[in-house]
Amino acid sequence: MPKDSGIGASDKRREDVRFLTGTGNYTDDINMAGQAYVHFLRSDVAHGRINGIDTAAAEAMPGVVRIFTGADFEAVGGIPCGWQVTDRHGNPMQEPRHPVLAHGKVRHVGDPIAAVVAETLAQARDAAEAIKLDIEDLPAVVDMKAALEDGAPKVHDDLTSNLCYDWGFVEDNKDAVDQAIRSAAHVTTLDLVNNRLIANPMEPRVAIGAFDRASGESTLYTTSQNPHVIRLLMGAFVLGIPEHKLRVVSPDVGGGFGSKIFHYAEEAFCTFAAKAINRPVKWTATRSEAFMSDAHGRDHVTRIELALDGDNNFTAIRTETLANMGAYLSTFAPSVPTYLHGTLMAGCYKTPNIYVNVKAVFTNTVPVDAYRGAGRPEASYQLERVIDKAARELGVDPIALRRQNFITEFPYATPVAVEYDTGDYNATMDTLEKIADFGGFAARRAASEKAGKLRGLGINCYIEACGIAPSSLVGQLGARAGLYESATVRVNATGGLVVMTGSHSHGQGHETTFPQVIAEMIGIDAGMVEIVHGDTSKVPMGLGTYGSRSLAVGGSAMVRATEKIIAKAKKIAAHLMEASDADIELKDGAFSVAGTDKSVAWGDVCLAAYVPHNYPLEELEPGLEETAFYDPSNFTYPAGAYACEVEVDPETGQVTIERFCAADDFGNVVNPMIVDGQVHGGIGQGIGQALLEACAYDEDGQLLSASYMDYAMPRAGDVPFYKVDHSSSTPCTHNPLGVKGCGEAGAIGSPPAVVNAVIDALQSGGSKVTHIDMPLSPSRVWAAMQA
Amino acid sequence: MYNFEFVKPSSIDEAVAALGEDEAQALGGGQTLIPTLKQRLARPARLVSLSGIAEMKGVGAEGGVLTIGGGTSHATVAAEAAGSYPALAALAGNIGDPAVRNRGTIGGSLANNDPSACYPAAALGSGATIVTNAREIAADDFFKGMFTTALEEGEIITAVRFPVPQAANYQKFEQPASRFALVGVFVARGGDGVRVAVTGASEEGVFRWSEAEAALASDFSTGAIEGLSVPADGMIADLHGSKAYRAHLVGVLTRRAVSAAS
Ligand SMILES: Cc1cc2nc3c(=O)[nH]c(=O)nc-3n(C[C@H](O)[C@H](O)[C@H](O)COP(=O)(O)OP(=O)(O)OC[C@H]3O[C@@H](n4cnc5c(N)ncnc54)[C@H](O)[C@@H]3O)c2cc1C
Repeated sequence: MPKDSGIGASDKRREDVRFLTGTGNYTDDINMAGQAYVHFLRSDVAHGRINGIDTAAAEAMPGVVRIFTGADFEAVGGIPCGWQVTDRHGNPMQEPRHPVLAHGKVRHVGDPIAAVVAETLAQARDAAEAIKLDIEDLPAVVDMKAALEDGAPKVHDDLTSNLCYDWGFVEDNKDAVDQAIRSAAHVTTLDLVNNRLIANPMEPRVAIGAFDRASGESTLYTTSQNPHVIRLLMGAFVLGIPEHKLRVVSPDVGGGFGSKIFHYAEEAFCTFAAKAINRPVKWTATRSEAFMSDAHGRDHVTRIELALDGDNNFTAIRTETLANMGAYLSTFAPSVPTYLHGTLMAGCYKTPNIYVNVKAVFTNTVPVDAYRGAGRPEASYQLERVIDKAARELGVDPIALRRQNFITEFPYATPVAVEYDTGDYNATMDTLEKIADFGGFAARRAASEKAGKLRGLGINCYIEACGIAPSSLVGQLGARAGLYESATVRVNATGGLVVMTGSHSHGQGHETTFPQVIAEMIGIDAGMVEIVHGDTSKVPMGLGTYGSRSLAVGGSAMVRATEKIIAKAKKIAAHLMEASDADIELKDGAFSVAGTDKSVAWGDVCLAAYVPHNYPLEELEPGLEETAFYDPSNFTYPAGAYACEVEVDPETGQVTIERFCAADDFGNVVNPMIVDGQVHGGIGQGIGQALLEACAYDEDGQLLSASYMDYAMPRAGDVPFYKVDHSSSTPCTHNPLGVKGCGEAGAIGSPPAVVNAVIDALQSGGSKVTHIDMPLSPSRVWAAMQA
Repeated sequence: MYNFEFVKPSSIDEAVAALGEDEAQALGGGQTLIPTLKQRLARPARLVSLSGIAEMKGVGAEGGVLTIGGGTSHATVAAEAAGSYPALAALAGNIGDPAVRNRGTIGGSLANNDPSACYPAAALGSGATIVTNAREIAADDFFKGMFTTALEEGEIITAVRFPVPQAANYQKFEQPASRFALVGVFVARGGDGVRVAVTGASEEGVFRWSEAEAALASDFSTGAIEGLSVPADGMIADLHGSKAYRAHLVGVLTRRAVSAAS
C-alpha cells in the first residue's frame, strides 16, 4: 500500500509552487545596489599566442569602469583541480596552470581573454569590441590521437606533451587479463566513441561578486551545485581569502547535471573584481557563452575486448580509452575517466579479470568534466554494447548471456577495487520482463514490418556507484577533498524544525523529500520541517550535490542529527514525566513512558528545551539543535535492467523510440513520484545522447554545434511514455536509510539500450551493421545501412 | 544588440519612404532578424517594422489564386489557407514552434531565403508570384541562391500570389536540432504540369528538380520517379547529413510527396 505521509509517500513537490509561478529566486534575480556588469571578451580561435592586448580605446568608452586582462591575475592562483590521478608508473598527472583570464596563450574557443566591467552590459559589450587583440594563430590539436603523436602542437608549452596521464587499473591485473584473453574460447572486440555532450541546464551560469569594505568580507552569489566547494577552492587556491571572510550563496539553481559542480573562472573573476573596484560585479552567461564555457561531458574513444570461455562465461575484460580533458583540468575532470569509470567496469557480472587503461589528453577544446553519470555511463555503455555484440556473434540470447554471468552473491568484491554491498540483478531483470512484455515483441515487430519499418529490442543492465564517497578511500585515490555531508537540525521552541543541509537542491526536490524523512522519524507532519541550503553562512561545511549522493550521504547526516535530537528530547521528556530515559518511547509525535499512560507531546518537550523552567539543567544544556557529519563507509550500488524498443525507417534512417521500460533497484525509496521523475529525466537525457546530442568541433577547433540550431536537445516528442518500476529493492546495507540514489540511473542505463535496439532493428532487416557511434542520427544510421 | 531607431509605419508608402533612409532595414516578424541583432551580426541604423501595415496582412482566395499579404504570420496562413490550399497551410503550420508561427511572416521568410526554409519551396513549387511595392516577380526569377533574392534594397514583399494546384504536398525531413528542413520537397500538380521544388538540400538554395517534373508530368505516380535521383554534387554537407544523404532524401521525399498528393 502506498503511504500517504513520511517515507514512501509521493508528497507533491513543495518547491514547485515557486518554480512554476515564477517566484523562485535565481542568481540572475539578485541585483545589488551599485552593481556593475562584466562582459568577457573570449577567444574566437582555438589556439593562439597573445602578443598584445590594447585596451586604451576601450577604456575611454562610455560607462567603462575597468578592464582586466590576464596580467591582473598574475599574483593570484590558477583555477585549481580537485583530484590528482597517479599514473601507471606512479607519477602524478601533468597539471597545467589554468589562469582566471588567459595569459600568454588562448587554448580554446571561448577562453576568456579580457573582462570589461562597465555601468551597463551593453556598454561593456561595446567596449569589448574596441579592444585590439594581437593574437598569433597556432595550429590547434582537436583529435585525441593526433594530440598524442610526437611533434603534435602542445596545448601547454611547459608540459612535456598533451598526455595528462596514462592510467592502468588495476595495474596488477594486467598480465592475468592479457593471459585470459589469449586463452579465451571467444573474444569480442568493439571500438566506440562516447560522444561529447554539453549539459545545457535551463538556467545558464551566473555570478555576482560583492565586497563589504566595513567587514572585509567577500560574497559570491553563484549558480553552483556545491557552494562550500567553491568557497574552499576559490578562497584557498585562487584568491587567498580565508573562509571566514568569504561567503558563497547558491540560491535557486535551474538545473546543473554536473556542469555546475565546478569552480569556474568567472566566479573568481567577479569576486576579485568586486574588491578591486569596490562595487558588486555581475555576470550572466548568454546561451552562446554557455556552449563554449560550461564544462562539456563524456568524450571517450574506447576499444573494449570481452573474453568468454567455451561455456560463454565471461573470463576477462580489457579496455583502452582516450579521454578528452579539453584545454585545462576542470575541477573533477581527472577522476571521471578513472575512478568513476574504471571501478565500474565489472558491471553486474562476475568477470574474474579486468584491466582498464585510460589516457587523458589535453586538446584545444572546452574543458571536459562530470556530466550526469560521469564515467559510469561510459563504463556501462562499453560493457553493455560489447556483451550485446558477443551475444550476436555467439548466437545466444542477450538476456540469457547476461543472466548467466550475473553476480549473485553479496557482498561481492570486483577485480576493479570496489565491493558491491548488495543487489539482485535477476530480480530487476524479472521485473523488466514483466513490465516490458517481451512476449508481445514478435507481434509488434511484425506490425512494424507491415508498415515498412524495422523494429528492434535492446537491453541494458547497468550498475553505478553512488553515494559519493568514503573520504579515506577517495583520499587514497587522489581526491583533494573529503566527501562526507553535514546537517544541522534546529528545533524551534514551538516544535517546528529547520534543517541546514550541505546538499544542494537544483531541481531534485530536496525540500520535499528531506522533510518526509524527518517527519517519519519523529512522527510529525512534514510541513513542520523546513530545509535550508545553498548558503555557506547558514549551513555547516558540506560538499554539495552530485553523484546521486544527496539522500544517501546528506540524508544520512540528517538522520544522524535527528537521532541526536531525539535522544536529547527523550531525556527532557523523561525529566518532565519523572521517568527514566530508557523507558521513553517516541511515536506519532508524542513521548510516552513504556507500560504507562503517561505521555508528553513533541511540542511540549521542545518548549521545555527553550523555556527551561522545569528542566534538568545540571545534566543537560537547554536548546534542541544538533549537527552531524556523515562519512559513508562504502559507495552505494544502484542497478537496473532497461529495455528499449525502436522503430527505424529504413528509407531515411530515422529512429523513433516506441517503448522504454526501466526496472531499477534504488534500495528504499522516500518519494516514489520524485524518483519516477528523476528516472524520466535521466532517460530523456540518455535518449538525447543516444539519438540527438553531439558536440562537434572542426579540425581547427571551431565549435560547430555552438547553438540550438546545431546542437539537438531532446524534446517531449522525441521520448515515449516510460514505464518505470523500482519495486525490486535490495536496501543499501551501510547507510541508515537503506537508500542508494537515483539521480543518474536513467542517463546511465538508457544509451546502451537504445543503441542495442537500433542494431537489433537493422540486423532484423538483413543489415550486417554491428555498431554505430552515437548520436544515432538519421544520416548516420542511413550511412551505416549503406555500408 | 546595437542601438537602432525604430519606426512603425501604417502604410506601404510610408514604409518604403522610411526604408529609403540610410542603413534602414525592414522588420517582419523578427524571428530571423532579432536573433541576428542580438548576436551583433547586423547593425541597421533604423528598423522599419512592417507589422502595423494592415494592407500587408491577410489571406484571400479568388479565381483559383490564393493571395497572402507579405506581413501575414505563419499561424494565420496555417489557419486561413486550410480550406483553399491545404498543402500550403500544412507547411505553414509546421514551421518552428507556436511563438515563431505567431510572429514570423511569409514576406520575411521569402526575403530571407534561408536555404533550409520551407516557404521558398512552396513559392517555387506552386509557381507563385512575389508582389512587391514596385513590381511582380515570378518565383522562378526570385530565388538567387542561399540568402539571396531578386529584391532590391528597400523593396518590400507586400503579397504573394499562389495559383492553387489540383494536388500538392510538402514533405519536410527535419534537421534534428533546428527543425528547419534538412530536406524539404514541395510537389504541385496543376494545369501547366508538375512542379517539384526542393529546399534544404542544395548549396544554391531552393531549386526545381526538372527531371522529376518531366517524369511526373506524363505519369503522376511514385513509379514514374522510381530510381530517379539528384546528383550528390552541389548538395549541402554539414553535421546533420552528407551530400549523398541529402541527395538520397530528395528522392525519398519526392516519392512520399507524390504519394500523399495522389
Ligand atoms: C526557432 C525557430 C524555428 C524556425 N523554424 C523554421 C522552419 O522550420 N521553417 C522555416 O521555413 N522557417 C523557420 N524559421 C524561420 C521563420 O520562419 C522566420 O519567421 C522567417 O524566416 C523570417 O520571417 P520574419 O517575418 O520573422 O522576418 P524577419 O526576421 O523580421 O526578417 C528577416 C529578413 O527579411 C526581411 N524582411 C522581413 N519582412 C520583409 C518583407 N515583407 N519584405 C522584404 N523584406 C522583408 C528583413 O529585413 C530581414 O532581412 C524558424 C525560426 C525560429 C526562430
